Amino acid sequence: MASETQAPVSSCVDAGGGAIGMPQLCPDWMGNQIFWLVVTLVVIFLILSKVALPRIAAVLAERQGRITNDIAVAEDLRQKARDAEAAYEKALAEAKAEAGRIVAEAKDEMQAEMDVEIAKADAEIAAQAAESEKKIAEIREGALDAVKDVAMDTVPDIVAAMGGKADAKSVKTAVNERMKG
Amino acid sequence: MASETHSGQGSGLEIHPMDQFIVRPVFGDGPVGMFTVTNVTLWMAVSVLAIVLLLIVGTSRRAIVPSRSQSLAELAYGFVYKMIEDVTGKDGLKYFPYIMTLFMFVLFSNVVGLVPTAFTTTSHIAVTGVLAVAVFLAVTILGFVKNGVGFLGLFWVSSAPLVLRPVLALIELISYFVRPVSHSIRLAGNMMAGHAVLKVFAGFAASALIAPFAIGAITAMYALELLVACIQAYVFTILTCVYLKDALHPSH
Amino acid sequence: MEGNIAEMGQFIGAGLAAIGSGASAIGVGHVAGNFLSGALRNPSAAPGQTATLFIGIAFAEALGIFSFLVALLLMFAV
Repeated sequence: MASETQAPVSSCVDAGGGAIGMPQLCPDWMGNQIFWLVVTLVVIFLILSKVALPRIAAVLAERQGRITNDIAVAEDLRQKARDAEAAYEKALAEAKAEAGRIVAEAKDEMQAEMDVEIAKADAEIAAQAAESEKKIAEIREGALDAVKDVAMDTVPDIVAAMGGKADAKSVKTAVNERMKG
Repeated sequence: MASETHSGQGSGLEIHPMDQFIVRPVFGDGPVGMFTVTNVTLWMAVSVLAIVLLLIVGTSRRAIVPSRSQSLAELAYGFVYKMIEDVTGKDGLKYFPYIMTLFMFVLFSNVVGLVPTAFTTTSHIAVTGVLAVAVFLAVTILGFVKNGVGFLGLFWVSSAPLVLRPVLALIELISYFVRPVSHSIRLAGNMMAGHAVLKVFAGFAASALIAPFAIGAITAMYALELLVACIQAYVFTILTCVYLKDALHPSH
Repeated sequence: MEGNIAEMGQFIGAGLAAIGSGASAIGVGHVAGNFLSGALRNPSAAPGQTATLFIGIAFAEALGIFSFLVALLLMFAV
């Protein structure tokens, strides 16, 4: 700055363009500074109060409104989700109860049927067992007779083979005695 | 005495830390009159342009999901809004546009002034003085309009012993009238100090021996100045809020 | 090293005034340090007090800036 050859015409600047004393205290320039300061302040004030501040305030208010609104909507949706969940839980509980009831009913029915069937089967089994016993008795009777007959037939042959003689009457009594024992 | 600083003091270093604050016309080399377009005009216009870029062009899409520039604009808006609400209370929000104007102007003047070769408008006591006196007058008039004579209760510390009250009232009165002085000099002084220090280090960089250190120091100072630029804008605004609170609720 | 004695007085005075900047640095450090120790004791209360912190720092720093200004005035404006 000091390199300027042509010095501004002022009592506060020396011939070389350097400051004499403190430029801040030079009375020559104060009017100019104050005038332009007032102009600048008025311009800034008009810009701020007419355009900038209302605009920023509007943007901030809009954002605040949007946030509040969004929070309300979100709250609403959450309430809805909660309701849906409750309805679902209720339906589930009802379905479970119904299923339990059906299962119990089916069980009862089956139990009753089973009891009847078991009783019938028991009766049948008892009847069959009785018949079988009778048959077994018959067969045992039959078997005894057959043994006696065979003994009657074979005894004389055996006695003859051993060199003895057996009449039919003594054989019969001997066999009967044996069979009884 | 500028003549001494210009003679180089025999050290070989040409350091002119105050030359950057000279007001000069942008067109031609005439004298600086009241309405001359000067570098003050230029850099104030640049900061206005930056404010328009951020707050108007940046928010032109009015998006619900903000872009980067829009969220910056909203950040600045919310920052100042919350500051007023916290410090002044709900009834201070009426003055939000005025305080926002102050904050934006100071912040952007400080930051734009850090661009190399730029002119820092807020480093001039004339500029910050007008700002501070405007705040002071506005707050004082507002205090009397809102509270009538009750505004003088600000100086009458009712919690202090009766004997001490006149003394305290005097001290409070003095500190009240020092407010615009400290309010303006704090901002201008911080800005001027930072830029002067940067210039001094830049002058040191001309010597090859210490140039690396000087450049490192310039880098560090530049980062610090960026921080200071933002903090001073914040401090200027929050002190305005504090003064406004005193005007609205003068009871201690 | 010839020069006039008034100039010497200016520079010495400027240097002395610049000590005030260091003093304000002590003040700022005091404010910030006490804030930090308080904030570490009760971190939940800290965010609400950052505004107070900056106001305190600003007041402490303003006085340092005043002395810096006096130094500058002595250097350049007297």
